[in-house]
Amino acid sequence: MRRGPLLVTFLSGVAVAALYFIPHHKAQALNSKLLEWTLVVYAFALILGSLSLWGSHMKKVQNRAEGWGFSLVTLSSLVVITVLGIWKGVGEGTPVGIIYDNINSPLASTMFSLLAFVIASAAFRAFRARSVEATLLLITAIVMMVGRVSIGPLISPHLPGITEWLLDVPNLAAKRAIALGVGLGAVSTALKIILGIEQSYLGRS
Amino acid sequence: MTWVRRLLAIDRRIIFLLVAAGVILPLLHPLNLPVTVTPRVKAAYEAIDALPAGSKVLISMDFEPDIMAELMPMSVAVIRHCFRKHLQVIAMTLYPAGTGLGERAILQAAKAEGAVKNKDYTWLGYKSGFQVVMIGIGENLRGIYPVDFYGTPLDNIPMMRGVNSYRQMAMVVNLSGSSATDYWIQFAQGRYHAPLVVGCTAVMATDYYPYLSSRQILGLIGGMKGAAEYEALIGTIGDARRGMDAQSLVHLIVVALVIVGNGALFLSKRAGDSGGAATGSMTR
Repeated sequence: MRRGPLLVTFLSGVAVAALYFIPHHKAQALNSKLLEWTLVVYAFALILGSLSLWGSHMKKVQNRAEGWGFSLVTLSSLVVITVLGIWKGVGEGTPVGIIYDNINSPLASTMFSLLAFVIASAAFRAFRARSVEATLLLITAIVMMVGRVSIGPLISPHLPGITEWLLDVPNLAAKRAIALGVGLGAVSTALKIILGIEQSYLGRS
Repeated sequence: MTWVRRLLAIDRRIIFLLVAAGVILPLLHPLNLPVTVTPRVKAAYEAIDALPAGSKVLISMDFEPDIMAELMPMSVAVIRHCFRKHLQVIAMTLYPAGTGLGERAILQAAKAEGAVKNKDYTWLGYKSGFQVVMIGIGENLRGIYPVDFYGTPLDNIPMMRGVNSYRQMAMVVNLSGSSATDYWIQFAQGRYHAPLVVGCTAVMATDYYPYLSSRQILGLIGGMKGAAEYEALIGTIGDARRGMDAQSLVHLIVVALVIVGNGALFLSKRAGDSGGAATGSMTR
């Protein structure tokens, strides 16, 4: 078993956690240095990610695997945008800027806008008051949907107040409970990684 | 009850047409519905408004075109407010496709308020890595951004002289449609104690109420409604206030569809129908 990565993880985890609580200037300087190292690690991860993207899509194209045409589009876009960006820059009015404004931006907006249509259709067909819980959810959703838009106060002056109460009391309580649970879970996972119990990040089960 | 069955099995294209009409008509013929300001948006406005002239404000516009309808008007409104208060804006993004939007937002606000590049604002552009960039700004801004988006070294930009971390910034404003906000709270506010204001999409807003309650964030601008409220506070009519008419109408259409759907199901069950049509696919 390779112990090197586990030892590095253990030492880094313990050191950074301990340094956070030591106010001495030398400890803080060391902490800053360690945090700066993350930049270097991240840069390598970015290169690795780009190479991995290139490799996996190139393999699909070479093998004429299912959907290889999409891979070809991905690779072509990667090359064209990278070359144009380095050659002509990426600001307003440059070729990359024009592609962004006229292709990327409308495509992404359109994809997301389709949600409104799908949600309306889904709400009609699937949002049913089948039980007490579902009825409560349904009523709350209707109050929130009407109360949170400009037309809400025109329908009833009480609607904004009710929506504020829903957000400030039941929502806040539930979100706080979830946040505490997530926080404790994150601490637990971090401890398992530092102590070498959780090793999935090394590709082990 | 044939008509009930027919109603429950309505062609989804009719629903699509209804939604399309609800979006398009108010944009062509604005209803100019009134905008009521909520305490959270007012808190965000007042936090920025209270900063003394000349203060540096870091604005990170972490979103891409998919959610620009909500966050673009919000960005323009917040930046315009900063310019009116003579605050110096340091703008950036953590999303590669956010570069064009961030630049557009700051140029639009600068044009409207007569702000000057490198004197009133600096556009740093995109850097990858959420936590890495946030920690990097806390330790050494120039390590992350040695030059601005246009390649000018930060030391050659008058408003950036002496600015090298959150300590020299009076406030951080994060306008985001992703988990970037969680990291801004954890690092910029939690670790480096930078005062933080958050703007996010409407569906995300409820996630950040606990942080507002604990004063980890000073204000919260949620979705197009929040952006419209911010526009109302600074006395402008932008895309958010125009868009709220359409959003109001579409919400009413969806609510009407839900009520009609449930009413039809109820009638169908009373008539002894098993409700086969009502339990159809969500995407039919």
